[in-house]
Amino acid sequence: MEFFRIKRDIPFMKYAKVTSFVSLATFILAVVFLFWKGLNLGVDFTGGTVIEVRYGAPADIKKIREHLAANGFAEASVQNFGTSRDVLVRLPVKAGLTSAQLSGAVMQVLRGQSPDASLQRVEFVGPQVGQELLYDGSLALLLVSIGIVIYLWVRFEWQFAVAAIAATLHDVIIIVGLFAAFQWEFSLTVLAAVLAILGYSVNDTVVVFDRIRENFRKLRKGTPAQIIDNAITATLSRTIMTHLTTQIMVFAMLFLGGEILFYFALALTIGIVVGTYSSVLVASPIVMWLGISREAFVKPEKKQEAQLLP
Amino acid sequence: MNRYPLWKYIVVAIALAVGFIYTLPNFYGESPAVQISAGKPTVQVDAMTLKRVEDVLKSAKIPYELAQLDTRTVKVRFADTDTQLRAKTVLEEQLGSDYVVALNLLSRSPAWLAAIHAQPMYLGLDLRGGVHFLLQIDTKTTIDRAVERYASDVRALMRENRVQYSAVARRGQAVEVKFPDGVNRAKAKDLIAAKLDDLVVREEDRGGELYLVATLKPEALKRRQEMDLKQNLTTLRNRVNELGVAEPIIQQQGVDRIVVQLPGVQDTARAKQILGRTATLELRMADFTDSEIAAALAGQVPLGAELMRERNGQPVLVRKNVVLTGEYITDASAGFDEHGRPAVHMTLDSRGARIFQQLTRENIGKRMAILLIEKGQAEVVTAPVIQTEIPGGRVQITGMRSTEEANDIALLLRAGALAAPMEIIEERTVGPSLGSDNIRRGFYSTLVGFAGIVLFMVAYYRVFGVIASLALAVNVMLLVALLSMLQATLTLPGIAGIALTVGMAIDANVLIFERIREELRNGNTPQASIHAGYDRAWDTILDSNITTLIAGFFLFWLGSGPVRGFAVTLCLGILTSMFSAVTVSRAMVNLTYGRMKRIQKLSIG
Repeated sequence: MEFFRIKRDIPFMKYAKVTSFVSLATFILAVVFLFWKGLNLGVDFTGGTVIEVRYGAPADIKKIREHLAANGFAEASVQNFGTSRDVLVRLPVKAGLTSAQLSGAVMQVLRGQSPDASLQRVEFVGPQVGQELLYDGSLALLLVSIGIVIYLWVRFEWQFAVAAIAATLHDVIIIVGLFAAFQWEFSLTVLAAVLAILGYSVNDTVVVFDRIRENFRKLRKGTPAQIIDNAITATLSRTIMTHLTTQIMVFAMLFLGGEILFYFALALTIGIVVGTYSSVLVASPIVMWLGISREAFVKPEKKQEAQLLP
Repeated sequence: MNRYPLWKYIVVAIALAVGFIYTLPNFYGESPAVQISAGKPTVQVDAMTLKRVEDVLKSAKIPYELAQLDTRTVKVRFADTDTQLRAKTVLEEQLGSDYVVALNLLSRSPAWLAAIHAQPMYLGLDLRGGVHFLLQIDTKTTIDRAVERYASDVRALMRENRVQYSAVARRGQAVEVKFPDGVNRAKAKDLIAAKLDDLVVREEDRGGELYLVATLKPEALKRRQEMDLKQNLTTLRNRVNELGVAEPIIQQQGVDRIVVQLPGVQDTARAKQILGRTATLELRMADFTDSEIAAALAGQVPLGAELMRERNGQPVLVRKNVVLTGEYITDASAGFDEHGRPAVHMTLDSRGARIFQQLTRENIGKRMAILLIEKGQAEVVTAPVIQTEIPGGRVQITGMRSTEEANDIALLLRAGALAAPMEIIEERTVGPSLGSDNIRRGFYSTLVGFAGIVLFMVAYYRVFGVIASLALAVNVMLLVALLSMLQATLTLPGIAGIALTVGMAIDANVLIFERIREELRNGNTPQASIHAGYDRAWDTILDSNITTLIAGFFLFWLGSGPVRGFAVTLCLGILTSMFSAVTVSRAMVNLTYGRMKRIQKLSIG
């Protein structure tokens, strides 16, 4: 079986302007959503209390909400979590009350309403911890980007480093933008997924770059655009194969992994789709426009000069 | 061309064998167990204890599978939870309060595996259920208290050396001393510099008044904080021990935080109560006359004193200066005094005993106050008048409302007091049923994803697909073996990390196989194509994996909790996949095709 037996190179670079325009538009849209709606940050970042409760029978969310409001927890948000019997209660940080008191009080109220409510999980995060996590998360994002740029600069050329990081940030921003647009909860695990995608996307981009570099060394003829087209076409089947296998795994997590892994897997799914696209149609045009040439990889004269220096 | 030298096959075989052995414990599962550890620092758990435990179980006719002595704990494995619970009750009765008997789960893997330290993966709280707390030390209180202590030291120093001063007061984080003249100030400055080398002294003149301002040196402050943290760690360890939890984790995090993890704890309320009680005990003098107390009630509190109330509502005027703290207490127990009222008997260590003896000798007929401080609120437990000199460090405190309260205070004192108050700033509780749910889901989704990939790969690449699938299975095995060996904590995001690396690991093989196809298409012979495919893909694999590794490294470095668990499996997974997808899969290809002189056609779809 073979899906891709492509005889002639696909002229990706001919459409580079169009695809780049599309990418730029989605990128800007994502940024707009990010600033307009903002991220629906989870309790990990904002601080607060999350209580997961399991009921013996399907729970009436509306009644639970009213009951909590009547008992002094008007700011509690109540929602189903996975099944109809599982309920998630969220509370913001309350000044003067410790987590122990807060979760204890809420459980007491809930048990007063229906005695079969059993506590599954409590998560409390103080406001200072949340801010630290947000800071650490942003720092991680920045350092990962810098680390990757430095590595690519050393192994390739600066144009590749710039293009790879641009393509990767494109992916990250689109994931985050989608989370903002749909107000999906952005938790610590989602952040982990975003950072993993950073790695995955660069991984994908590097495979194409690697082939571009090899082509520049091997093929004596052809414009940069043709060389890039050839590299993308040659690696296309691999790009799509890897995408498929990774996606099989992520789908398994998305559909079978339960509520906790759902948004994690969702972020990965978006990242894999967008990452595959960007490694082909965002990174490569940037490399081309930044002016990469054969001389960058084959430079015998420079080496001799360097040897002559004292 | 496609043949490995013998040593490479040997390396692969050894890696597979080691990987297999260390993955093995994960398949045996766990059985209910009871863990016996020391309940007091003075009690030793050794071969004698093991013998005693075995005797107790034998005489009670409780069957057990295995009893073993670990580092400082005895662990006994049982066939089912009923026997486990029965054994726990019997052991608790027979061994007494010197030992802590806790329920636990133990790997069912055979002894020879345990002997080579092959243990199953360590499951995180989200997979086994339990409580996680992050506690932060209130640094301000620590500093305040240290400054307070130095203020009284300065006072004592000047009194002893007959230096005249007008007043000693604490202002913020500094001790300020006012002097009537410059001569005394100069004398005091030299004295403080010579005797109290944790302080920096500076002269200040304010509107003709002469002051000395002493502040703590930064390094002294840091030392103080470290000491507080250490004592709090010890105290928490003691308190957790009282709870009888198997394998708790109590660790320092950063400079002022402590992580406490109690796996398998279901009674979270009690855990919080015991841990969260930030009680400290203080002994202070309350040697004021009735008229002074009356004046204080009217609003004129003397300098260096605080107005408090006893439990019966009687006002007490207490000095701010702390004479003795809970640090010196070695043991405390609840009991009754000679009038049958509930009391706490405590024993002080030698230094504490000496201080206490001197205190009682010098202050006969005066009152002292015993304060219990919880969450910044001081409460006078009792304020007796000192009748006689008390040597030997045996102190009795009365004034408790009930025997339960006496018991509680004794427990707190026995477990040691906290050097500085702490606050819970993060708390995660996972119920045991949710934990097993998480394992099942994580495992199931990984399995389904794995099966999907295998089906796809075999259909698409045929023989090579089978080889890639085998290499992938080896990858998972090596990853699990590494995680088990390192005893890294496996969490649900960690399982997700395994799943993701399984998905991504196939990339290396896809790269190689697509390259082989390309070479074939370019008209190369099958053998040459295989060779070129593996060789040329290696550079790409290295480059692309190192970038992912960079991401994983920073995740591990900056992440905490779930993110860290994910990062560990991601990084290890990349390393094992580079080995399995290149070296192991090539070994398999070599064994399949390497010896053939002429291959007509490669089965690659």
